[in-house]
Amino acid sequence: MSWETIFGQLGWDSLVFTGAIKHPSASEFVAFGAGSIVVLGAVAVVVLLTVMRWWGPLWRDWLTSVDHKKIGIMYIVIALVMFLRALIEAGVMRSQQLAAYDSAGYLSADHFGQLFTTHGTIMIFFVAMPFITGLMNYVMPLQIGARDVSFPLLNAISLMLTAAGAGLIMVSLVVGEFSTGGWSGYPPFTGIEFSPGEGVDYWIWSVTLASIGSTLTGLNFAVTLYKKRCPGMDMFRMPLFCWTTLCTSILMIFAMAPLTVATIMLALDRYAGFHFFTNGDGGNMMNFANLFWLFGHPEVYILLLPALGVWSEVVSTFVGKRIYGYTSLVYATMCIAVLSFGVWLHHFFTMGQSANVNAIFGIATMIIGIPTGVKVYDWILTMFRGRIRITTPMLFHINFLLTFVLGGMTGILLANPTVDFQVHNSLFLIAHFHNMIIPGVLFGMFAAVQYWFPKAFGFRLHEGWGKAAFWSLAPGFLLAFFPLYWLGMNGAPRRTVMWADPAFYPWLALAMLGAVLLLVGTVFLLVQIGVSIRQRRQLAVPLGDPWDGRSLEWSIPSPPPAWNFAVVPQVDGRDAFTEAKKNGQAYRSPAAYSDIEMPCNSMVAPLIGIFTFTLSFALVWHIWWLVVVSFIVVWGVVIARSFVAQTNEIIPASRIEAEHEAFLAAARATPGVTRDLEMSPQNRGKAAPDRLGQPGQKRPDDVLESAI
Amino acid sequence: MKGIITWALVVSALSLPTLAQAALPAETQVYSAGFIDAAGPVAAAQFEHFQTIISLMLIVVVPIFILVPWVLWRYRRGGRGAYRPDWDFNWGNEAVLWGVPIVLIIILSSALWAHTHKYDPYRPLGNDPLDIEVVSLDWKFLFIYPQQGIATLDYLALEQDRPIRLKLTSGTVMQSFMIPQLAGQIYTMAGMTTQLNLLADQEGEYLGRNTQYNGDGFATQSFRTAVMPKSQFDNWVIHTQKNTQTLDLATYEALLKPSIEHVPRYYGTVDAGLFNRVLARFTAGHAHADSTPAEVSQIREHHHPQNNPKGAEQ
Repeated sequence: MSWETIFGQLGWDSLVFTGAIKHPSASEFVAFGAGSIVVLGAVAVVVLLTVMRWWGPLWRDWLTSVDHKKIGIMYIVIALVMFLRALIEAGVMRSQQLAAYDSAGYLSADHFGQLFTTHGTIMIFFVAMPFITGLMNYVMPLQIGARDVSFPLLNAISLMLTAAGAGLIMVSLVVGEFSTGGWSGYPPFTGIEFSPGEGVDYWIWSVTLASIGSTLTGLNFAVTLYKKRCPGMDMFRMPLFCWTTLCTSILMIFAMAPLTVATIMLALDRYAGFHFFTNGDGGNMMNFANLFWLFGHPEVYILLLPALGVWSEVVSTFVGKRIYGYTSLVYATMCIAVLSFGVWLHHFFTMGQSANVNAIFGIATMIIGIPTGVKVYDWILTMFRGRIRITTPMLFHINFLLTFVLGGMTGILLANPTVDFQVHNSLFLIAHFHNMIIPGVLFGMFAAVQYWFPKAFGFRLHEGWGKAAFWSLAPGFLLAFFPLYWLGMNGAPRRTVMWADPAFYPWLALAMLGAVLLLVGTVFLLVQIGVSIRQRRQLAVPLGDPWDGRSLEWSIPSPPPAWNFAVVPQVDGRDAFTEAKKNGQAYRSPAAYSDIEMPCNSMVAPLIGIFTFTLSFALVWHIWWLVVVSFIVVWGVVIARSFVAQTNEIIPASRIEAEHEAFLAAARATPGVTRDLEMSPQNRGKAAPDRLGQPGQKRPDDVLESAI
Repeated sequence: MKGIITWALVVSALSLPTLAQAALPAETQVYSAGFIDAAGPVAAAQFEHFQTIISLMLIVVVPIFILVPWVLWRYRRGGRGAYRPDWDFNWGNEAVLWGVPIVLIIILSSALWAHTHKYDPYRPLGNDPLDIEVVSLDWKFLFIYPQQGIATLDYLALEQDRPIRLKLTSGTVMQSFMIPQLAGQIYTMAGMTTQLNLLADQEGEYLGRNTQYNGDGFATQSFRTAVMPKSQFDNWVIHTQKNTQTLDLATYEALLKPSIEHVPRYYGTVDAGLFNRVLARFTAGHAHADSTPAEVSQIREHHHPQNNPKGAEQ
């Protein structure tokens, strides 16, 4: 058998380390370093798991778990690991641009192309998407009073597909090269004629895996929200985070499909000599642009909407007040979701269509500004007549309100075809979407972690380090991206490995400083987690309600038991837990307990993950025997699963009763803490009511506060 | 204003001694500039529209910068604001919240509609335009002046105050053609043409470039645009016509090979209909009418020779 039969196009030269030895240069050494980090990191993980004897627990408690909470946490771990990589890549690109004034800098053009491609692809598909998916996974079932999602195994499969995609993109650091075609991968540049290497194939298959995973997630969550709400939880009683999850799920169902189609068509062009998007022979790249953005524009709302849900939860909790304009916010969310499908063409106003077409899509785009603006004012009105606690999540929220409107303004600018003709493909555009995604989505996710971490792990995160992280992340963002607006207005295009205009230098230097602050802030967040783990006893909130929360997830212990709710709750209004606390219904023993049926662990998902990874790796390198074997195994696993009769296990009522009654007894015995002691070790997760008298009356605490 | 801020930052914030030296521009260098420094009515109108939108948007942006600090101060925990935890709706607010943005978007939309039509890149800007055909290549631009029978590579001479009508296509991957100080950008795509009308009313030299990433030479794929008065332009045409180099299909095929060009080239004669033949190469059914399949595959192999050949399967 020949080498090629066994290894396809894989050769020793494919290893990143060979390049650095054969053609030593700064650029190759950077690649060498990155590859080494991946290899050493993987080795370190294996050693750690072996030394600590964690392989068993990892497999039993996590990888084979179908518990939505654990799946959610695993999604977020993937997001954080990938975030570190893509953030470092951003720093490397910034430093290259700083070094490349009127010279070549230290990276080759090809390496720079790979960097901006992986940065974008990772940040969207393997940071933002797993982050929001993990969060929705963790929080949404708890908020609607459900024990799990509708299809727990499918949920695990979605996770493993995303993990396989993330693994593929990590492997590309060590073996072979990545695409240089940008995260949007426009042909014909990414066609076989102009990008003959394995890079684009890595991009195609990692994105395809992620998009299939997200489609399944969307289906799963939408069904869960329709079918698994607890008794009394009408649609219009759901917390706003659930509404945004619903809208995002619907967007995922409809928007991921065009992407999957586009990447598969591009793969057919590349592997099978089709001509969907080639220059000649009837191909037309405009079809790719349409398909990609038919996904791509809803995608930005897929990312943004859950974050907007987070903001709604954070603001009403830390203001201690009902959300202002709930119905308005729901309709605004739905408006955004629907409109997001009608604006994709604004990503290519410059493709030569008629003024009528451009104007219509431009106006449609601006209309999205209406519901978004309404939301911002709704959050301000939620704070109005509230009692605002400036905690870390609130700092992120305030920063969001102020910076997001500026991003909205530049979005309206870009919606105007005449302005877009000038700033399309420029750093102005880069500044705009980072302005929406960083303060909106990324910081929204950071705020969500601060907010729900105590729910997931039973202890709060250290507040001081959280604030330190905020105070370097927020200015870091401003410094890193506001100069790019200016540069874009002065004709600086995106994706340039070098440049020659001296006037750009100070602005690029400021952007570099911003990138450094963003890195420092991220380090602070990691330190915060480390410090919090060390101080977990002082920070412990086992009683589950550290923030005087308003929705159902705060009514159960932290961390919650596998079955979430000992007895399925019954609600009769919004802010169910706040109402229960007000009426003295909280922490009451239920009339009776019954057995709970929970899904068993399954090795189906990790097996599918492993073999879709080998399938796509084999496709990238044309190792056809492995393609066939992997494909057969994946479907074999699916078929084998259909013969498994015992997929659920029964948890006896006695065990549930014992655990839950112990929790209730502890909760009743512990005095609640007021919001003044929220960040003190006295906060064990039981909140004292922070309201006296009825609205409209002059109440003792008002008088007291006036005196202060 | 722009210069002051820039230099203030260069000198004070960074104080890199080498930079001040490096920043002294060579006399002939043309630097990037945007529509802020417009040198033609289209770019000027685009910037004006930009400013109009910003001022209209301030109607919704400014209140946020006033309200947020005020609310934060007044309703902070321990502040003087009364606590009304169940207050969550008011029809009056609602009308303003939805009403103001709706009215604003109606105004902005009508401005958008008018402006998009008025400055549609396909809309002619006057009679007797100067026609130029643009072919984007890796990593350079070819300009053909059909009326004058000349062509240039990476140099665009324009007649001041005369409408310019560009017809664009690509000999390779999709690119985006742009001279920010004169007009917006438009994509160039193989087998298809796009149009861009522009007008330059200020004599001078401006940087034009490709803004759509197309590989290793992308960062430096720019060209000098020289706007000159009619007499000077006519002289330039006559001077260029004397050039002995000819742009024919063979020359074009040599240009298809990706390269980074530092010096413009001038062609005194051009094969008639070359632009259409460039287009026809990609048309289904008529593809490569003037090349044998062997030649075509040769051209294709030439395209990106710097790429790793191990994955190259045609």
